[in-house]
Amino acid sequence: MSEIFQSEIIISEISNLLRKDRHVAIGAASPIPGSAALLAEEERKNSDSKLKVTILHSQKFNNFTDGSRELFDASAQGRIDTFFLGGVQIDGEANINLVGTGRYPKLTKRFSGSFGSALMYFVVPKIILFREEHTPRTLVKKVDFISAPGISPPNIYRPGGPKYLITNKALFSFNKKKKNFKIEKINPEFTLDEVINSTGFEFKTNKNLKYFTMPSKKRIDILRNLIAPKVLNFYPQFAKKLWFN
Amino acid sequence: MVNFTQITVKDIAREVKDNCLLGIPADYSGVPMSVTIEIIKNNTKGLRLYCLPLTTIQGDMLIGAGCVSEIETAAVTLGEYGQAPRFQDAIENSKIKIKDSTCPALHAQLQATEKSVPFMPLRGILGSDLHKNRNDWSVINNPMSSKTNDEKIVILPAVQLDILIFHASKADVYGNVQIGRRRELATLAHASKKVYVTVEEIVDEDFFDCELKAAATLPSLYVDGISLARNGAWPCGLTDYYEIDSNEMSKYAKSAKYQETFDEYMRNFISQNNYSNI
Repeated sequence: MSEIFQSEIIISEISNLLRKDRHVAIGAASPIPGSAALLAEEERKNSDSKLKVTILHSQKFNNFTDGSRELFDASAQGRIDTFFLGGVQIDGEANINLVGTGRYPKLTKRFSGSFGSALMYFVVPKIILFREEHTPRTLVKKVDFISAPGISPPNIYRPGGPKYLITNKALFSFNKKKKNFKIEKINPEFTLDEVINSTGFEFKTNKNLKYFTMPSKKRIDILRNLIAPKVLNFYPQFAKKLWFN
Repeated sequence: MVNFTQITVKDIAREVKDNCLLGIPADYSGVPMSVTIEIIKNNTKGLRLYCLPLTTIQGDMLIGAGCVSEIETAAVTLGEYGQAPRFQDAIENSKIKIKDSTCPALHAQLQATEKSVPFMPLRGILGSDLHKNRNDWSVINNPMSSKTNDEKIVILPAVQLDILIFHASKADVYGNVQIGRRRELATLAHASKKVYVTVEEIVDEDFFDCELKAAATLPSLYVDGISLARNGAWPCGLTDYYEIDSNEMSKYAKSAKYQETFDEYMRNFISQNNYSNI
């Protein structure tokens, strides 16, 4: 087996977080979560607990027929177990910013926008925050703009919210009551001190801290032989760079 | 022989008046690029873009060309080709006004107009800075709650578009338009005063003769004019017809980084005449 890429390790870790799900949806610009979901689907296809995957930017893997509002309606109805959100910035209370840095509205650096986050973050039970870059500029003490808040007061309908944050350096879980992240796993290429120094917010450490699990040969084979060609269809630039260059 | 008034892409562009509220389809629902180029050539000004729920090269080009005064959207992005450079520049330098929104809110505001009700409630949003910056959004206590608590919910105003333009695969000779499962185009059309469509082909049949085709059709009663425009979404893709043009998108993403190189790109783009049947 040739060298395993960082992105493949993250895909494999994300895939592990989807074990009990029935339906995972993948939104805009999410090739790594998309690959992870298709991997989980493939590995469970002969089991009793099948996984349904909806990839919005795909023709074949988009299960919706009622237009782009169906994702939000289905999510509000509780028909989606897991969804992924990213962020220009993510802070220690899991507030996410997809709009830009600096003072709104005349920002120093404008990014694309909030997409569906301001609803999805409230209604999907398991939101996995995914941001590959793990630096003090992405994981900050306080976001410059709240596209969607990490927690809400009790008089606001909120069956969903953040459960995990995964980066190229670590996996964290989020505790809603304590309003903080706890580190669960670390990429073996980094030390805990390095992770602490590259995180702009304080997080809870873990006596049972584990390392990212290296994907098995079988899993890598599935990923490269069966999943990569699918991903090529709807995230061609990403797939070409990782698997078909 | 068609049973509707066939017009040209130039005719459609002329219907887009200065300062109007223009409906913009997402990258996956048929981007009317051929008309967009004509709008830019007409030097149309003050456009207010309403994106359902986001825009890509179409919005970025219109902004870069100085046609836009305001945009209401959940995102402007070139997708796999990166951020939208002219949009970024316009926001960072306060050249246009932005109403930052979220996808389901953009849907709900049009759905209110579809039903002709004044507003639509939506979960979520509360506690976000989107909400703080939108004085057209309100919060009410849930009037249907049996509990005595004060459950809050956001209400969004109905929005009616002045004009919608999109590109689709086919129209039949009766002016019905095939939209497949891109039902958000129906939402946009229902909520728009005028609707113009460009198509790859006009076919000699009646979509209503077949139940499957009828289910994928925007009926002519919502359509004010249709023009043939082969390759009309290029460089964006069109489902079942052509893929996004990666080379052109990369070229645009690079050129649009600076106003000067964008202007040069646009001069070439316009002079090349990339669309037939204009």
